[in-house]
Amino acid sequence: MQKIWLIIKREFLTRVRKKSFLLLTLLIPLFFAGIIIIPVVIAVKGEDHKRVAVIDESGLFAGKLPDEKGLYFKPLAQVKIDTFKQNYDEYGYAGVLYIPDIDINRPSGIEYYSKGQASIMLESNLNRQVNDIIEKKRMELAGIDRQKLDEVRSDVRIAFRSGDDEKQGSSTVAYAVGYASGFIVYIILMVFGMSVMRGVMEEKVSRIAEVMISSVKPFQLMMGKIVGIAGVGLLQFLIWIVLLISLQMLLPLFLSPDSIQAIGQNGMVARNANNAAMMDAMEKVNFVVGSVNWTLIISCFIFYFLGGYLFYSALFAAVGSLVNEDPSDVQSLTFPITLPIIVGIMIMISAVQNPNSPLAVWGSIIPFTSPMVMMARLPYGVPGTVEYWELGLSIILLIAGFLFTTWMAGKIYRTGILLYGKKITLKEAMKWVVKRS
Amino acid sequence: MNLLEVRHLKKYYATHKAVDDISFDIPKGSIFGLLGPNGAGKTTLLRMITGIFYPDEGEICFNDRPFDPQKDIHAIGYMPEERGLYKKMKVGDQVLYLAQLKGLPEKAAREKVDYWFNKFEISGWWNKKVEELSKGMQQKVQFISTILHNPALLILDEPFSGLDPLNANLIKQEIFDLSRSGTTIIFSTHRMEQVEEICDRIVLVNKGHKLLDGEVHAIKQTFKEHLFRVGVGVMPNFAQMATHHFTIVKQEDHAYIVKLNEDSSTNDLLLHFIRQDIPVTYFEEILPTINEIFITQVQKTAGYAKDMADH
Repeated sequence: MQKIWLIIKREFLTRVRKKSFLLLTLLIPLFFAGIIIIPVVIAVKGEDHKRVAVIDESGLFAGKLPDEKGLYFKPLAQVKIDTFKQNYDEYGYAGVLYIPDIDINRPSGIEYYSKGQASIMLESNLNRQVNDIIEKKRMELAGIDRQKLDEVRSDVRIAFRSGDDEKQGSSTVAYAVGYASGFIVYIILMVFGMSVMRGVMEEKVSRIAEVMISSVKPFQLMMGKIVGIAGVGLLQFLIWIVLLISLQMLLPLFLSPDSIQAIGQNGMVARNANNAAMMDAMEKVNFVVGSVNWTLIISCFIFYFLGGYLFYSALFAAVGSLVNEDPSDVQSLTFPITLPIIVGIMIMISAVQNPNSPLAVWGSIIPFTSPMVMMARLPYGVPGTVEYWELGLSIILLIAGFLFTTWMAGKIYRTGILLYGKKITLKEAMKWVVKRS
Repeated sequence: MNLLEVRHLKKYYATHKAVDDISFDIPKGSIFGLLGPNGAGKTTLLRMITGIFYPDEGEICFNDRPFDPQKDIHAIGYMPEERGLYKKMKVGDQVLYLAQLKGLPEKAAREKVDYWFNKFEISGWWNKKVEELSKGMQQKVQFISTILHNPALLILDEPFSGLDPLNANLIKQEIFDLSRSGTTIIFSTHRMEQVEEICDRIVLVNKGHKLLDGEVHAIKQTFKEHLFRVGVGVMPNFAQMATHHFTIVKQEDHAYIVKLNEDSSTNDLLLHFIRQDIPVTYFEEILPTINEIFITQVQKTAGYAKDMADH
């Protein structure tokens, strides 16, 4: 026990002390934040001070297009569209909105010219504004009072309740939570599994393996490495959670309501979006976030993350012990392990949309895929979507599964780690498993 | 008194018998040579003695008790032929780590590391990474990490490979020192000149079988061919050398190599020279080198194995 602790300590410390650990720990969230934030920022900021020339032959729009958020309309008279669309940029316009002489009941032929592709933001802005004006005009013609219409307009949301206690939930939140946690488990299995494999390979290639196992049992060496690397992963997640919480607390101080709105809607511009609606939406989100059983999700996440990691990392360790100097061995030997993980992520993607399909149910029970698939189903509710027996069976099978893979890997590892200069096939390795010790 | 007794040890692999019924004893405090050509089963044998492999059959007694890998492993220092260190680890941390894995508490381990680093004059290396050291330097560190916990049994598999003569000599001196202070040493090699220089006893294995074992000088006596070299001041004529006591094997410059006949003694031989009035300048027995014994013995079993295969 003393020895395995020493090994765990070494495996943990050598990885945590590396400069790359801190760098990666900070860079990965930055990278993901970048993926989410940059498009929003570009969408919001990119529209800064855009001047759009408007050539209106119908006379319906002149002066009625309101300037907003960096988008300025400049009506131009006495300009021919055919010539102007060739050289509008020389006058400092970002594009030209061309409205032919249209019939208000059957408007067609409205076009927008620009050099590059117009952004989604601009496209939706122009569509909305043009439609607004046409709508207004039509209402005028039909004699409908705009104010009256707004009053009778309905904005009712149906509350979706599920389960015996009629807990209010939202499939959107369940989808997001399920997808995210399933995907994180997938990344953990791959990244940390590979890390275990590389660690074992390093020990074999640098020829320290035999020195080590003249002091400790091969199983201790393998488990020490697996547990040590799990510790690194846990620490990394702890840092990320702390970062996330502090970011959440600090973020409102830096961002204006406008940009929060933009981020909240992921760059999409909603109709009639104003601060009141925003507050309303926030409340709703808080409400449904509250409806998810976070204690269960988080404890299950930790279980499936650890269980899945133990299940697969033992196999990765076994494969690492089979590899000789030839790097092409790695490819062919890891394939049988990465394959079920990839199948798992595919079932997960389908399960998050359809959590009650037989594929999802059995995928969340069988230990090869359960760490990913079960995490995708859990946010939909226990019981309800995931029955207690399913969760229980899944947990028992995963525990049994990792005990089995660890036992099997231990047998392969013990022999493989000392075998040099010979290409070992998986078939041979399986013989070591069934052979008596 | 034997530190280690090996009885009818067997280890079979799927394709061949790596160790097939080998027995020998290693007296306490001796330097014991384990010899054999490549693939003879030396490494498998050592792995069983170090508890890495379990024997299929037979038993190992360590300190007069059945070998218990869990406990006895702390009394063994093993430097395998396939050896290495964690390349990215600092030298000091590395040795400390290996010592702790051998059961030394951290404080005691630190003192030991300091002692040996001073003795080998490598204290300045503590914070260097292993990969920054030359291969010879790494070997030194490896050797220290093998002996740090004062093992009662030290097992060295090809300890001099990769060492320059200077460092090889340093290690050799250390081996003698350790032996004098009571450490039993198993020395596995196929470099025979080192064996004669270092070992008290040897066991010779080939193809999983033991060919012979015993004390080095006793083995040489067993395989001696009664050859003697006689130095002469004046080369005698042919007639003077005719006798029934010996036959001339080779004539050298001012010396003869002769083979003593069965019933004759060395004194008969010398008397012959004296009677013939041939001035003898020196007289010595030519014992076979371990190398010669090794080669003839291995070749003999190679032929034997070939015969077996033919049947």
